[in-house]
Amino acid sequence: MSKLMFTRTHEWVKIDGSTATIGLSDHAQHELGDLVFINLPAEGDAITAGESFCDVESVKAVSDVMAPVSGKVVKVNEELESAPESINNDPMGSWICEVEVSSVPDDLMDEAQYAEFIK
Amino acid sequence: MAKRTPLYDMHVKYGGQIVDFAGYDLPVQYEGLGVLKEHTAVRTNAGLFDVSHMGELVISGDGAEAALNNLLTNDIRGMYDGQVRYSVLPNEKGGAVDDVLVYRINGNTFLLVVNASNAEKDARWISGRLPSDVTFSNISDAVSQIALQGPKAELILRKLVKEEYVPKKYYSFVKNAAINGMRCLISRTGYTGESGFEIYCGNMDACAIYETVMQAGKEDGLLPAGLGARDTLRFEAAMPLYGHELGEDIPIDEVGLGFAIKMGKENFVGKDALLRHEPQYERVGAKLVDRGIAREHCPVYLGDEQVGVVTSGTHSPTLGYPIAMLRIRKGLTGQLTVDVRGKRLRLEIVPLPFYKKA
Repeated sequence: MSKLMFTRTHEWVKIDGSTATIGLSDHAQHELGDLVFINLPAEGDAITAGESFCDVESVKAVSDVMAPVSGKVVKVNEELESAPESINNDPMGSWICEVEVSSVPDDLMDEAQYAEFIK
Repeated sequence: MAKRTPLYDMHVKYGGQIVDFAGYDLPVQYEGLGVLKEHTAVRTNAGLFDVSHMGELVISGDGAEAALNNLLTNDIRGMYDGQVRYSVLPNEKGGAVDDVLVYRINGNTFLLVVNASNAEKDARWISGRLPSDVTFSNISDAVSQIALQGPKAELILRKLVKEEYVPKKYYSFVKNAAINGMRCLISRTGYTGESGFEIYCGNMDACAIYETVMQAGKEDGLLPAGLGARDTLRFEAAMPLYGHELGEDIPIDEVGLGFAIKMGKENFVGKDALLRHEPQYERVGAKLVDRGIAREHCPVYLGDEQVGVVTSGTHSPTLGYPIAMLRIRKGLTGQLTVDVRGKRLRLEIVPLPFYKKA
């Protein structure tokens, strides 16, 4: 049974056993506007919860994407490279990468808490 | 607390996402649209912008033309009533106080349209340098400005105004025009690289004119457009933006605006400094060879030596790839790179403008 959680920096993470899938929340894509570029992480990258592991650019600005968990990148959604706008169109379906989790911080929010947080 | 333009209620109605720009609450983009859609609307159909934040200064009197001509790099003598001319407003050392549009109302009366962020500075600069027989007034707070831009702009305007109110030539205007009985000045000008018009009116009529144009253009694909699209549009057309390509400390003979700098004039503020100045830098366009977007202030390198900076940079919605305007040392050859957050990306110099309408 996977668990959907959110960060205060507006990433979503689906944790399924020792694997986590990461993306940007609908709120994030809305605030950023049309995304035109994504600098994806690479397979094998070690990522640390709360630190930038990827960046996305809208027409106006660049934004860091923060890692919701710590671990190692095992799979990258290369399709986003040529179609970063997928994140705008389907933020929950547009995963950025899959991570083998080493640790999960205890300040992640569930869907209800996150909905409250962005109010 | 930022000022609201008289069109604020229209931005709320159409879902504008409001940001503070030069002290004004203005829409950066609209809900359900966004920079790319608004940009594309202007390139293919038409877009409607609130540019009421722009400043309007009136200079009048017998000596107005001569006094103003001394403050501008372009030559405003010999213009006809109803003509518009672009000029730099230079400082003493050859930099720019601002860049402006000069509207000749008649031989003794000129309207200057200036950047919002510089309006107060320009007003002080100009009013302090006029002889006593020339009258100066800053009418910015009484005037609203709406820009209707795009290939269908003329079709839309023609539904609303009499034939004689449509300015025929690029950079000309009609002073006593009216839309639904509301008085306005209409010029064939813009900041998008498309054909289009700018409509100046009294604040009390701004919302009604905006809504009239919007309704008339609905069937032609007219969309409201925000500051985000305004910037990407002007950037593709390689129009300089004050604070990026122009500034107090950037010599204006290094910006590629020779057409608006008349060194043959007897005198103007900053002319001596420009005469003594040998341009060291130039403004060029580039596209990125490697993946990434170079933003303003990113350093540009030739080998290991920094040779300039990016002055504007973004993803070009029309071209579909990232482009940048650079201020770099003149006459460089070899592979240029740009430092984007620690990564060196290769640049390819391309001619300006990046986009030219068909």
